[in-house]
Order: sequence, then structure tokens, then C-alpha cells
Amino acid sequence: MPLVFCIIFDCIMNIELFFQYVAAGVTYGFIYAIVAIGFNIIYNTTGIINFAQGEFVMLGSMTAITLNAFMPLSLAIVLSVLITMLVGAVMEILFFRWLESPSVLRMIIITIGLSIIIREIALAIWGENVRALPYFTGNEVSSVSFAGVHISPQVLWVVGICSVMVVGLQVFFKYFRYGRQMRACAANREVARLCGINTKNMVTLSFVLSAGIGALAGCVVSPITYSQYNMGVPLAIKGFTVAILGGLGNSMAAVAGGLLLGILESFSVWVMPSAYKDAIAISIMLLILFFRPAGLFGRKEEFSLKEF
Amino acid sequence: MRRGSLFLSIVLSLLMVLGVFNWSAQASEDVIKIGAILAVTGPASFLGAPEANTLKMLTDEINSQGGLHGKKIKLIIKDSGANPEKAISFAKQLIEEEKVFAIIGPSTSGETLKIKNICEKGKTICISCAAAEKIVNPVAKYVFKTPQKDSFAVRKIYMQMQKMGIKKIGVVVGNTGFGKAGKAQLEKIAPEYGIEIVISEVYDKKATDLTALVTKLKAKGVEAVVNWSIVPAQSIIAKNMRQIGLNVPLFQSHGFGNIKYVKAAGAAAEGIIFPAGRLLVAEELPDDHPQKAVLMKYKRDYESRFKEEASTFGGHAYDAFMILVEAIKKAGLDKEKVRDAIENMKGFVGTGGIFNFSPEDHNGLDIDSFEMLTVKNGRFVLLEQ
Repeated sequence: MPLVFCIIFDCIMNIELFFQYVAAGVTYGFIYAIVAIGFNIIYNTTGIINFAQGEFVMLGSMTAITLNAFMPLSLAIVLSVLITMLVGAVMEILFFRWLESPSVLRMIIITIGLSIIIREIALAIWGENVRALPYFTGNEVSSVSFAGVHISPQVLWVVGICSVMVVGLQVFFKYFRYGRQMRACAANREVARLCGINTKNMVTLSFVLSAGIGALAGCVVSPITYSQYNMGVPLAIKGFTVAILGGLGNSMAAVAGGLLLGILESFSVWVMPSAYKDAIAISIMLLILFFRPAGLFGRKEEFSLKEF
Repeated sequence: MRRGSLFLSIVLSLLMVLGVFNWSAQASEDVIKIGAILAVTGPASFLGAPEANTLKMLTDEINSQGGLHGKKIKLIIKDSGANPEKAISFAKQLIEEEKVFAIIGPSTSGETLKIKNICEKGKTICISCAAAEKIVNPVAKYVFKTPQKDSFAVRKIYMQMQKMGIKKIGVVVGNTGFGKAGKAQLEKIAPEYGIEIVISEVYDKKATDLTALVTKLKAKGVEAVVNWSIVPAQSIIAKNMRQIGLNVPLFQSHGFGNIKYVKAAGAAAEGIIFPAGRLLVAEELPDDHPQKAVLMKYKRDYESRFKEEASTFGGHAYDAFMILVEAIKKAGLDKEKVRDAIENMKGFVGTGGIFNFSPEDHNGLDIDSFEMLTVKNGRFVLLEQ
């Protein structure tokens, strides 16, 4: 308890510092959220967790870095997102489409295998080296300040692009035909099929979409975190926990869950040695799940209907 | 496995009787096997990759001159990926199966500390390319190292801080053997120089963002930051400090001596201060400096063959290999005699400094082997005093 009072006291004493931690947390929170949304999109149409989600992030940023040597940054990013979407589509068509009523477990194991294969191919293509895209605005030392809080302009890019993606996806699922069809699949695959929706195409589309948003997230975050062939694994783990934390299948909940985890991680550094950062974040999450197994925003009844 | 090798040896001995493979059987006895355990890939690849390149280059050079005592050197490089468990099994393999003459490496302190006893028990010379003082203190009979001791690096940094009037510092280290050893030295020596460590933190070696950590440093009002690690976090911390507006001097360890870290940090690397051997500023040295010729030759050879800039880490491997070669030249091919020759070697001019070994000092370098360097316009330069 005294610890809590200490933190509150610190906050009041130093409001700038408080927001500095929030800013650090929000950057990562949004990245976790985007990865979690990628999980959710595929989960909704297929009922599986795609463990190759982190690899989409890695592929997006590594491809963009390679292309950036030959073309302007914006074009390189657009192309790399398209290429990663294509990889997502090929992956689904080659490994999932032809399966006759596959079990959830079988498909999940396929995604684990694919994630390993993609990582190994990336290692063969790009090697071990750590690379990075250039900062979109300014450079490594640029810093913008709002009321005493200093952040890199790239943080604004991450927050901005990720917010646009989240809003864009919501609009797509609400107002566009394919988006609505995907939601129908999510609600009930059998009935959607009986209504004349091509559910197989919807599954492909879901892989394409989550590959695309993962790749874009990988590009915007690359200047901050650097990119490497194995960057996808920790992101996938965090993204997965965030998806569960928010309530599997719910994109807006993923955003809330992502921000919560990011900020928790950031504040844990304030009060504890930073070596415990991951341990603290994960322990808090375990506690939440212990009391709300359906996730913070999930409903119990809905949860009990899910296959996984 | 065993049956396979039995079969193979029967076939080989038959062939030998027939005289077909006569020359190759002889050749295998006519080489000096030198093992190397290096982190060619993985988080410490900025260390291990140039070290492996350097050893290959030097082996070719010695062999093209006819080898040592009429025998060619056979170099066996094992890539540990900076993983201490792998280093242990490679060390056992090299000593017990390959029966190597000596081991060069490992690249990192954590790995070296893990194999120190294995080399000692196997009575095999090990010349480490890692920095931590614990490798040679306490002295192990067969274990040597070529990089400068971390306590000298710490003293050099604190001396610079005294000149700059810095009293309150923050220390951050990566959770590797090198980082932890550095933290212990930094904390132990600080009072001698009247420096107060107001915050001391460990971060994960795989960390990709340290914004929250540098925010904490900022809140403590530090006058300078010392970072001690060998991972890409060296570049990340530089960026994060500038981005949140923490504009105090950043000191790094001698683990910063690869220009790739500067490239990764970009503009944020400007002004970083760190101690290092003279290799990085070889051109700036006066012509009569005793190390100049050695440094320039190594640098030119390395850069023309591998098309990348030479780093202090490759230099550590150069020193390790050349010290071994020097000792073999002097003492012949008896392991014990070569070990004694290394222990008594004086005045060996290497890239890291001038080595004077003794039974008490298996590193052989003094504090003057360090220069303080800084980064200016993306290049390493001598820090103006």
C-alpha cells in the first residue's frame, strides 16, 4: 500500500514525468494492439490463433528496408505491405484452403510450423544483421515536446498510423460488403455459407488483411525498435496476451488491452528495476485473467460458445 | 556414429595400405589444430563475425608463408551464437575429440567464464577475446585474454568524468556476463573518484526500446549516463536519451568499438565517449607510436579483404592468434612450453596495446592501452583533452 501512495505522490510532484511514461507505454501499446487485431481477424473467420502473425510484422519491415534502397520510403512501405499481403494469401491457399473440416488444433500447429519456416527463410535472405528503416520525419535525435513531455516524431507516426488502421478496420467491417461478410463468418460460419457467402474466400481475405496490417505496423515501428529476422516472436507473444486480455475476437478491446499492457510495462520500470519489466506485466495480466477469464471486455456467455 | 566411424577407419586403413590416401593421412598429422569458439551469429555477432574473419585471414597468411615449424595451421571455428551452453559443449568437443593445440575465444565474457574450468582441466591453452576481469582474476594456469580489463575501462571513464566535473551518474547495463561484471566494477571503483551512482539498472539484452528506463534516469537528475553492454541496446539507449531530451554525456564501455553501433544509432551517436584500444584511431597516431605499424597493417589487410571497417573485436582475435603464433615460434610444439612462453612474453606489440604477461597477470595490458574516443560526424576520433 505505501508503494501505491508513493507512486501517487510522485505523480502529483511530477506530472511531466508521468506523461513521459505514458508516452513510452502508448508507443508499444499500439504495436501490441495491431498484432492483437491481426490475431483477432483470423480468429474470427477461422477460430484459430495464427502464430505466424509476428512473422508478418517482421516480413513487412524487412522487405521495406530492402526495397528502400531502390525507391522512396513511402513507395517501399506500400510495396512491402502488398508483398506481405500476397505472402498471407499464398500461405492460406497453400496450407489451409484445401483442408476438409480441419480441427482447430491441426490448423494452429500448421501456423506454428509456418512461423518457423518463414523465420528461417528470412534468416537465409537477410542474415542476422540488425537493420532499420530511416525515421519518417527528422532523425535519431529529433524530439518534439508537448508541455514538457519529449517524444520522438516517430512515436506520433506510430500512434497516428495505428489509429487510422483501427478506425479503417472498423469502417470496413461495418459498411463494406466484404467486411460484413467476414463478420457474418465470424458470427456463424455454417449459416454464412448457407446464405451464399463464400466462406473460403473470407478466410483468405482475413489472412491477407492481418498480413497487411502487421506489415504496416512493422514498417512504422522499425526506426524505433530496429528489425531483425526474429523480431516477430516476442511481438507475437505480447500480441497474443493482449488479444486474450481484451477478449479474443474483439478488435476495440484489443486496442484497450494493448494500451493497458504497454502502459503497465512502462510504469513498472518507474517503481521497480527494469529487469523485472516483463515479469510484472505478465503477472498483472495473469491476475486479470484469473478474475476475468473471458478477458476484460469479453462476456462469459459469449466466451463459453467459442471453440478455442 | 561409432559404427560409422569404425567402418570409415577400416576403409581408410585399407586405402592407406594400398597407398591411395597416403598423403592425406600424413597431412592430418602435419597440421597444428587451433580451435576457436566465436559468436559469429546471434546478439554478439558484431564481436564474433570480425573475430572469425580475422582468424581466417591470419591462418591463410601464416600458411602461405609455410606454416609454423613446417606445419600448416588448421583452424576450426565453432559458432556459439553467444550462448554459454553451446560454448561449453564446443569447448569439450575441441579439447576431447579434436584435441586442439589451443582455443581462441570465446567472444563474450559469460561464455569464457563458463569454459574457464574446462580448459583448465583439459590442460588446453585458452586465449579469450572477452573483457571481464574475472577471466584472469583469479589467474587460471591455461587461460589468458587479450582485451583490456574492464576495471581499466572504468577507471579511464571516471578519470574523464573528474575532468568534466561530473559527480552524479546513472549506470545501466545489459543482463549479460559482460554487463554484470561491468556493473560490479563501476560500483566498486566509483567512490575512489568521488563519483556517486544515484541509480543502477539492468535491462534485458534483447530490449528494443529503453524509453521508460531513460525516463527514470532523467527523473533522478543524473549528470552523465554510463551504459555497459555489447548488444544493439548500446545504440538504442543513445537514441532514446536524446528523444526524451536527456542531454547529458553518454559514456559507453569498450564494447562500443564497432562502427556498426554508430551507424545503428545514427545522429544519436554523436558525442558518445568511450575507452578503446588505438585500432579505431590508427590513422591519427603519430608515426613513431610503437603500435602504429601493427595497427595500420592489420587494418589495411582486413579492410581490403572483407570490405568492411576493422573493429577492436577483430583486433582482440588478432592479438590472441599472434601471441599464440609468437609463442609457438619460440617454444616449439609442446603445449606446456608454449603456455610458459605466453606467460613470460614481454613487449609484444598488438592491436590492443603492448602486452607484458607474467604469472600474476594473464592479460598483460596496462591502463595506458586505452584511449578515450568519441564519435564525430559518424566516425571514431580521439577525444580532445
